[in-house]
Amino acid sequence: MIVELKNTTSRAISAALVDAHRGVGSASGLVLTLVIVTGESRFSEVLEAAKASATAHPSRVIVATFDDGSESGLDATVEVGEGLPGDLIVLRLHGDLRHHGDSVCLPLLLPDSPTIVWWPHESPENLATDPIGSLADRRITDAAGCGDPVEALLRRARHHTPGDTDLAWTRLTRWRSLLAAALDQTRTQVTDAVVSAAPDNAPALLLIAWLKARLGVPVTYLPGDLPGVNSVVLSTTEGDISVRRFAEGRALYQVPGQPERTVALRRRPLTDLLTEELGRMDADDVFESAAAQVVTDAGER
Amino acid sequence: MNSYENPLRDSQDRRLPRIAGPCVLVIFGVTGDLSRKKLMPAVYDLANRGLLPPGFGLVGFARRDWADQDFAKVVHDAVKEHARTPFREEVWEQLLEGIRFVSGTFDSDESFERLKKTIVELDTTRATGGNHAFYLSIPPSGFETVMSQLAKHGLVERQPETWNRVVIEKPFGHDLASARELNAVVERLFKPQEVFRIDHYLGKETVQNLLALRFANQMFEPIWNNHYVSHVEITMAEDIGIGGRAGYFDGIGAARDVMQNHLLQLLALTAMEEPTSFEASQLRAEKKKVLAAAHVPTPYDRHTARGQYSAGWQGGEPVIGYLEEDGVPADSGTETYAAIRVDIDNRRWAGVPFYLRTAKRMPRRVTEVALAFKRAPHLPFTATDTEELGTNALVMRIQPDEGVTLRFGAKVPGTQMEIREVSMDFAYGGSFTESSPEAYERLILDVLLGEPPLFPRQEEVELSWQILDPVLEYWASQPGNPEQYLAGTWGPESSFEMVARDGNTWRRP
Repeated sequence: MIVELKNTTSRAISAALVDAHRGVGSASGLVLTLVIVTGESRFSEVLEAAKASATAHPSRVIVATFDDGSESGLDATVEVGEGLPGDLIVLRLHGDLRHHGDSVCLPLLLPDSPTIVWWPHESPENLATDPIGSLADRRITDAAGCGDPVEALLRRARHHTPGDTDLAWTRLTRWRSLLAAALDQTRTQVTDAVVSAAPDNAPALLLIAWLKARLGVPVTYLPGDLPGVNSVVLSTTEGDISVRRFAEGRALYQVPGQPERTVALRRRPLTDLLTEELGRMDADDVFESAAAQVVTDAGER
Repeated sequence: MNSYENPLRDSQDRRLPRIAGPCVLVIFGVTGDLSRKKLMPAVYDLANRGLLPPGFGLVGFARRDWADQDFAKVVHDAVKEHARTPFREEVWEQLLEGIRFVSGTFDSDESFERLKKTIVELDTTRATGGNHAFYLSIPPSGFETVMSQLAKHGLVERQPETWNRVVIEKPFGHDLASARELNAVVERLFKPQEVFRIDHYLGKETVQNLLALRFANQMFEPIWNNHYVSHVEITMAEDIGIGGRAGYFDGIGAARDVMQNHLLQLLALTAMEEPTSFEASQLRAEKKKVLAAAHVPTPYDRHTARGQYSAGWQGGEPVIGYLEEDGVPADSGTETYAAIRVDIDNRRWAGVPFYLRTAKRMPRRVTEVALAFKRAPHLPFTATDTEELGTNALVMRIQPDEGVTLRFGAKVPGTQMEIREVSMDFAYGGSFTESSPEAYERLILDVLLGEPPLFPRQEEVELSWQILDPVLEYWASQPGNPEQYLAGTWGPESSFEMVARDGNTWRRP
């Protein structure tokens, strides 16, 4: 990397040096290995997301793709620097090698640091026993990237092992924090809850399950017109607490005894979601209990 | 009511942030640089991260003849230019609904009546719940007036279930006596736990990083004492001069400006014993103990140094000397370089000098705490082998490029035995790029949440002045002005002599 500074000062040169070091990255500063398992079809989209996430967490990113060619073989591209704070390795596994992806990835993991595997689209039935999944401390899936999101979430929940999370859960963080803050304020007893969402919405299923598990009250689902979760109403002894998204990025927030207010509530981009996921390496117990509830709910239907 | 447990919260659920309750933040001196560059962007960044409550009001108070929308425009521009997180229209709209401006002066009753009306209006229309934080971004000379006006107009009356808090900035007085006076003024209206003192040089993030390094690791603590450490250097160097701040700086000087609060806090954090927990009260107890055991050894002429920058070249630019700066009297005796030695009288640190230095117009901007270790008691090498070997050092870099450097000896590859110093480096920016929140962001959030601050309480402020006051008095009693040093160099000759007397040298940061 060459940085040219014209008409500059020592201070600007020092700053450019620090930036340049950061841009090139050295393996010692990297905190985790992110393995992304994806198909050839949406490869470029995933690669972009991977690069964006690498700017948030300096990591070694390994993208593994498979094709069904008859002959077994391995192609790879290695990218270091070029504005990336970490390393980027793109692997193409041909033929039989697809069943032995772990043997390719294992030697490439950073020493000691945690390994995270992300399936942006379809994922194996049981993550923890999948060859590549078994290398990971954390496994991230995205029900929304699958053909049938609800089915994908259910599959996830049924085979949950500690360390698994789904981005459907991450999409709910802002909703959940608004609701928790509303109860912090009103300090009332919730008697009943209603969640309105687009039909077959995986995050909504999780949100309903979470509210049920936490509040121990019946939670009703209503179909809504907007994409994603539309609104949540918690009936309390003092009146209704409600958060209603009325346009992209905006929601009305109402708690008993206070005027209605607009709050920012946007659908978060993939990079945001991934950044939040990579921020924690321990198992998410709250997700686990919500996922268990999803399975119970599905049994009742 | 107090036993309410929010069923949606779970200590395991670390994704859910604590969101501040509804409240109004009133900023006095809102037209200042600090408010534009730091406070307003910090408020926006908090909103953008979803940490501000839906019921939030921001009231600016200043002399300008502005309407609400003029002020909103100023905030908007400040946010766009200086915020850390990207600008988003929907977040801005949420914030905008609660922005008000009150034009007035500190001595006008009518202005404070209007301020009260504005706050009451916000309490009802925005449901800010009667919770108010007052941020005094004004010179300490204005405190007395503002405080008595707040009291007179009933702005800080205690109601059940509501809170009032106040934020004040350094300098906390200019000596022990004035610090006490200032405190008396503030504590007439606010209880100690409602007063938040901010030292923007020392963010909570930095404090917590230091604590984590010292107390979350096994390998540093055993050598963190006078058996292994030869001396400690705490440096805060700025590459800039005083800029346009002669009115503030002249007569105050580097020691009062930086050493009393920032450097002595760093010293306390470096030298204190392990607190029994990280509760603010425990942390303060340990800091107080170590500050109470610290003093500058006499005679002061041998263990302190001061200087004034003269015209020179700094980082490739010609710069003027301190005495030529706008608004500085030609015979000013104010120091722009200050260095002192501090001894700590306890079992851990007896015999280890702590050198504190701060200055303007240094070669580069840097803040760091460096522990220099003793030489190994025996070196099984010939003297020529280790000619290039210095001593081990552990450097906690605070800014810029926060991180840790470890210096140790390694053999130079080749057939000859030659040992030289190398560095092992860790940078927060390299391993965690989730950019650290600004000091102000953390502080404002702490104020709104009522989190007990890690920032010093009055006792610590007073202890720091007790350490510094004798030196300041000694300097003032000396005939002649501080020694001149060339701008863009590491300080006056006397500062090098001061450490050389103990057989040490300053490291080049």
